[in-house]
Amino acid sequence: MGLFIAQLLTGLANAGALFMVASGLSLIFGVTRVVNFAHGSFYMLGAYVGYTLMQVLPGAVGFWGAILLAGLIVGLIGIIVEICVLRPVYSAPELFQLVATFGVILVIQDLTLMIWGPTDLLGPRAPGLKGVVRIMGEPVPQYDIALIVITPFVALALWYLIARTRVGTLVRAATQDREMVGALGVNQAWLFTGVFFLGCALAGLGGALQLPKGGADLLMDFSILASVFVVVVIGGMGSLPGAYLAAVIISVLNVFGVTYLPQSTLVLMFVVMVIVLMVRPFGLLGREEVAGEHGQVGEPERPIRPAGTGVRLLVAFLLALLASVPLLGSNFYNVLITDILIFCLFAASLHFLLGQGGLVSFGHAAFFGGGAYVAALLVTYAGTPMELALLLAPLGAGLAAIVIGWVCLRSTGVYFAMLTLAFGQLLWSLAFQWGDITGGDDGLVNIWPSDWASDNVVFFYLALVLCVGGILLLRHAAHAPFGYALRAARDSARQAEATGINTRHVQWVAFTFAGTMAGLAGGLFVFSKGSVFPNELEIARSFDALIVVFLGGVKTLSGGWVGGAFFESVKDVLTRFEYWRLALGLLIIFVVIVAPDGIVGSLRKLGERLGWLRGERELR
Amino acid sequence: MTPVLSVRNLSRSFGAIRAVDDVSFDLAPGELLALIGPNGAGKSTCFNMLMGQLRPSAGKVLLKGQEITGMRPRRIWRMGVGRTFQITATYASMTVVENVQMALISHYRRIYAPLPYATRLYRDEAMDLLETVGMEDQADRHCAVLAYGDLKRLELATALAHDPFLLLMDEPTAGMAPRERIGLMQLTADILNSKGISVLFTEHDMDVVFAHAHRVMVLNRGQLIANGPVEEIRADPRVQEVYLGGGTVFAAQAAGAHDA
Repeated sequence: MGLFIAQLLTGLANAGALFMVASGLSLIFGVTRVVNFAHGSFYMLGAYVGYTLMQVLPGAVGFWGAILLAGLIVGLIGIIVEICVLRPVYSAPELFQLVATFGVILVIQDLTLMIWGPTDLLGPRAPGLKGVVRIMGEPVPQYDIALIVITPFVALALWYLIARTRVGTLVRAATQDREMVGALGVNQAWLFTGVFFLGCALAGLGGALQLPKGGADLLMDFSILASVFVVVVIGGMGSLPGAYLAAVIISVLNVFGVTYLPQSTLVLMFVVMVIVLMVRPFGLLGREEVAGEHGQVGEPERPIRPAGTGVRLLVAFLLALLASVPLLGSNFYNVLITDILIFCLFAASLHFLLGQGGLVSFGHAAFFGGGAYVAALLVTYAGTPMELALLLAPLGAGLAAIVIGWVCLRSTGVYFAMLTLAFGQLLWSLAFQWGDITGGDDGLVNIWPSDWASDNVVFFYLALVLCVGGILLLRHAAHAPFGYALRAARDSARQAEATGINTRHVQWVAFTFAGTMAGLAGGLFVFSKGSVFPNELEIARSFDALIVVFLGGVKTLSGGWVGGAFFESVKDVLTRFEYWRLALGLLIIFVVIVAPDGIVGSLRKLGERLGWLRGERELR
Repeated sequence: MTPVLSVRNLSRSFGAIRAVDDVSFDLAPGELLALIGPNGAGKSTCFNMLMGQLRPSAGKVLLKGQEITGMRPRRIWRMGVGRTFQITATYASMTVVENVQMALISHYRRIYAPLPYATRLYRDEAMDLLETVGMEDQADRHCAVLAYGDLKRLELATALAHDPFLLLMDEPTAGMAPRERIGLMQLTADILNSKGISVLFTEHDMDVVFAHAHRVMVLNRGQLIANGPVEEIRADPRVQEVYLGGGTVFAAQAAGAHDA
């Protein structure tokens, strides 16, 4: 009994930081509609800044002062980010801003590394709260008790701010209809900035508060990001009490999970999230999202046309050029371009889902990594030849997509995105923790192509045929009735359903199709590398594809593979430098700001302005 | 003759509010039936139940004698019912003609046909439909740049794509300029007469209603308070009270002022 209570208290204490970060994210999303991927980074900054301040400021006053100051400073950094990075892109298409925040993650990661170095920092203990309290014989750190007491006060203060003050009224009004708030004369720009400050300050506060328990390290940003998303989604986007409730549930479950079912720790919260969303598609205390049919920001997408002769000739020429790469005789280029091709197929498959279907998946790596693992497991345990494995990899990924799609498509919008993220994470932890079969962290190695394809040049051609074939197939699907039906479901589900189209079914098939194509890319990937590790299933892998699709241009047909090719090449160059994340992050932010329509979209506009392309205007 | 559409004791509550309360009526073949009523009377709720967007709390909807209560919109559509929306619903990322083609592709069940380019399927047929609503010259324009009146006409063409025998039109002229309204309604009436389609439509504009409807039903606070030919409705004191006010509000105020 004593142990049980002690664990309950630990869980409640852990909920504190989680709640603060999650409520900040929730606020920012509610008002600005920006999914702030960088929120974990502000949490990390809070920890580092707090650490430094605690070294300088003495005593108990210094300790608590440092925590408050850390929140303030992080909030100010948030303002800088909001003004410099997000303001220029608010009018960009929906969700495009998350790409910018991804750039911010990379920048903050490297800046933190530069300033504080790579060593993990051990947080100082709180003066006066260094001991433990014995509750029914079990030791409970005094600081935990302090956290349990503090958190409700922060929550209450936040609730008061939102529910009882004028500023809070504005925030709530903006959450429901920001256009209306703007029309009523409220300066939206500063409202957004203010909310961003508050959200980031909360994240910073959370980071500094957890110092005595967890310290500061460079992996904090991503490790909390997943839990924070889960908390926000379980609680219901935009609901503060929901965020608190969910933070408590998740933290307590985690503590018990560690004790009684250690294998479950990585997936537990995602399982909880899936169950909650199955029962309540908008979270425990959330309300139905009204975004969608009226929420489209930016200019509408243009009609698509099958490629004319000119474009076909150009593509044929480029393909011929690509096919002659091995003539260079450089093994390095053969391998590099094979990698790029594979990544392009992966990106194109996500682009199909996102661009044509408007289905934003945060967990597309589940199918890329899934395909890779299917092939690797078949080769390792059944001695399957490469040809068969390459056939079964997409099929396996497609099967997974059938199941995952069925669950995820019950929700829409951000909730759909979060469910896909959860399933990606589920597969990842499966690969990571089921060491006997999957090799765990060590992965599966020695998976090589059949003899005839073992030469790099031959494998290059194999990848070329399959990847280009896959991309062309995806492109054809966009022009086929199926692609049109998918767009119809996105443009107006109401009209589509009223004219006999089963929109959910169309989306489900699209999800499966995209998963299958990602699986093919994954299968090729394994044989190109000879091995597979759990990080092919990671959130970061999903985000890679997502970022590339947005940067390439969602509202274009070729954005997926163009973005993939561009960034995979750039990455290859940049990763040779020490602070490549900083450079890549700045590059991403730069592209986001100068090319809000993505690379392809912006090039097209440029071409039209220069008169090289037949413009939209002629269609009017 | 079996009515095209029969509605029996249809009701729908939202919490304590009875938005539609025990509504029953029949629609004869070839008839143009208007459903009118003040804002919040329950017209759209009623429509959404007929087309399957909303489940009724009680009551039945029969299509040519066959019960369709609670069926999904797409199934009702397949049985030969078309609908247009109060706020237009079109596919903004497609061209005008592609919008119509999409409905045709669905009608011919070719959505999962793997090989053809959608933009080349049933184009001629779609052009014919656009011609009936006078939009053939705008066929290749981007749907997102159309004027609202044109969107309404496009929606009508789309609704005619599967050759329906019944059309449900929720405020076909909402949000349009007066002259456009009359034009669109005349066009609609002509098309429907020539094809023999039965129509149920809601409308706010009384000129439109009295000029084209064969029969008018009046809904107030969820209840059907009148049902009959145009002249009868015009003369009905209860309808006049609903639309012009029966003076009860002012009477009450005057009484209140008197007391004070």
